[in-house]
Amino acid sequence: MTTAAAEVRQPAVVEESVAAKILRVLGKAPVNFVLIVIALLWLVPTLGLFLTSLFAPTDVNNLGWWEIFSKPSLATFENYQSIWQDQSIRSAFFTTVWIALGGTFLPIIIAALAGYAFAWLDFPGRDWLFVLVIALLVVPLQMALIPMFRLYGDLGIFDTKLSLILFHTAFGLPFAIFLLRNFFIGIPKELLEAARIDGASEIRIFLRLILPLGLPAIASLGIFQFLWTWNDLLVALSLARDTQPLTVAIFSQLRQFGNNLEVIAPASFLSLVVPLAVFFAFQRYFVQGLLAGSVK
Amino acid sequence: MSSGASITAEPPVTGAPPGSKSGRWRSYAVSAAFLAPAALFLIVWIIYPAIYTFVQSLYRGTGFHDFAGIDNYKALFTTENLKTAIKNNAIWVAVVPAAVTALGLIFAVLTERIRWAVAFKTVVFMPMAVSAFAAGVTWRIMYQQEPDRGAINAAISSVHGVFSPSGVLSEAAPSTSELKVTPGGGLDLAKPLAPGGVAKLGLTRIRSDEVPPTAKQAVQPEPLQGGIDGVVWRDFKPGGGTPGKVEQEELGIPGVTVEIRDASGKTLGSTKTADDGTFKFPGLGKGEYQVDIGASTFAKPFGGVSWLGAKLITPSVIIAYIWIWAGFAMVVIAAGLAAIPRETLEAARTDGATEWQVFRRVTVPQLAPVLSVVFITLLINVLKVFDIVIAVAPQSVQDDANVIALAMWRTSFGGVSDFGLGSAIAVFLFILVIPILLLNIRRFRREV
Repeated sequence: MTTAAAEVRQPAVVEESVAAKILRVLGKAPVNFVLIVIALLWLVPTLGLFLTSLFAPTDVNNLGWWEIFSKPSLATFENYQSIWQDQSIRSAFFTTVWIALGGTFLPIIIAALAGYAFAWLDFPGRDWLFVLVIALLVVPLQMALIPMFRLYGDLGIFDTKLSLILFHTAFGLPFAIFLLRNFFIGIPKELLEAARIDGASEIRIFLRLILPLGLPAIASLGIFQFLWTWNDLLVALSLARDTQPLTVAIFSQLRQFGNNLEVIAPASFLSLVVPLAVFFAFQRYFVQGLLAGSVK
Repeated sequence: MSSGASITAEPPVTGAPPGSKSGRWRSYAVSAAFLAPAALFLIVWIIYPAIYTFVQSLYRGTGFHDFAGIDNYKALFTTENLKTAIKNNAIWVAVVPAAVTALGLIFAVLTERIRWAVAFKTVVFMPMAVSAFAAGVTWRIMYQQEPDRGAINAAISSVHGVFSPSGVLSEAAPSTSELKVTPGGGLDLAKPLAPGGVAKLGLTRIRSDEVPPTAKQAVQPEPLQGGIDGVVWRDFKPGGGTPGKVEQEELGIPGVTVEIRDASGKTLGSTKTADDGTFKFPGLGKGEYQVDIGASTFAKPFGGVSWLGAKLITPSVIIAYIWIWAGFAMVVIAAGLAAIPRETLEAARTDGATEWQVFRRVTVPQLAPVLSVVFITLLINVLKVFDIVIAVAPQSVQDDANVIALAMWRTSFGGVSDFGLGSAIAVFLFILVIPILLLNIRRFRREV
């Protein structure tokens, strides 16, 4: 076998014969088949959620979503209209947007500043402080829920969007500092030296040099942070009552699961479609960030 | 531990001329300014609360009045639902990281040589972007028990239906004492019949919505020469009627399996009743025959596996969780695979290694660091698993599905607010992740 292959390889140009091509494609058929089945298995739950959300309230709690294939006329966007008219879900949507945006931009700015200091400024104890940041990376946020519940109460900011944003910021920081410091350190030293010789201040270097050059890392971090805050349930469930993001609004509906799928299904799909859109738009950065720091 | 000096990064550049004292202090001040906001957040939201939580765990209830010592920690290992939580979390730790890493490795290797790898990876990776909570709700819809609503049970039901189709009737009782219930669940005619005899198999207590829509007025057949015929009918009409008599307004039951056996009990054949309930077994020799209604007539339809019940809830949630994380493992491992130098694989192949040997002896060892990253990431996340459990598990089985993070939330915020015990659970969770913390630090020090 191997010798034959070696002989065939001798000519400079090897044209693949039609027969060889067919054999090659056929040889991969089992793998392709298995992968198609797996891909379908991975698609079905999300598809099922979407199709469920299309049933009118009279059907949704009685029919399986696959029935829509045989009766496409049952599909309607009625439920989406009603949850959008429903004050509680709509305001939950905007609460989620605000928390996710605040919880994305604030930690990025703060982490970029700190990341720059850890990468390029000299101060005593720098490396030990960075080890501390890495240590904080794995502290479960459960450790902070009870104290912050009480502190927020004392400060009078319990049950506000701001208090949730600040919490997400703090717990996003260790990872953000870690990621940005590691990226910033790869920026060529000569660029910084040149800027410093030209008399640029550190803040100027940070704004004009580090931020633009660090944009790829900042982008992937931003996506992570956005998804993390958008998808949060635990923090909002513990530290807020009426300030409900979508996840909490859906959670409060779960008690009647089975009788209110006309709310649960479209609201869940709504809460799922934004992260999916972000994921598809910035897939490249997302995967980069994932590979850069799969530690959290 | 070696000294902290071993983890210096690039030698830092400072603007101030070396040796100038005021210049150095000025640069420290600049550093402090860059670090201050982060320090504020980390101290106020992570470090201070961690200490607070630890202290709170030594007190009962809320605040620091009722010192409990280690009582809360004792409760952690003696309270029934907390013990379940720890046991379940141990199952999670034992199953999930290994399963997800293995699945990710398989997917990554399989996709290596196909053309639509990007599309496949996108599809499998998608659940990672979505919240574990929304994914959990999605799976809860899949897991519904009624096979006409829950997709998984619907799939099982259609397979089940091929092998053991459900009967025409779910239940029925004999209308006269001429019919006896058999141990197998069928109905036996008490007296054997000779050819020329007519079997009257009257049934009552049939749910009216189960009478097949094709059913017609029951007919008592004429005796058959050299055979046995008969009728299966609903021996009941509005007002009652006479048991054992085929009367007007009484319907035959179509589709019922009728069996015939000889005197020794050997089954000779079976047939199905017509729309008017009649059936016949022609061409029988002399002798006595036993006629009965087969048990398959009353076979119960598939009622659905109780995925969300107390017994299966943890495996159900774990399946949903693996569905979310397999894509992560696949993407990270695929990146690791792509980084393996092709020459090492080629060298092994040239030396005559089979594909499996190449995979086992060359690919996997070189992937080991990547596999361990995936495994550890999963380990941390599995210890803290919360959203998906609370989304998939109905309130009624949350005691059975309990995990540490869920127990912490339920103890502190979900109804009871026992902050002392809640804090102890949080500290316990923290202690569990400390080995991983040390591992992270070690890895970091090696990298730099």
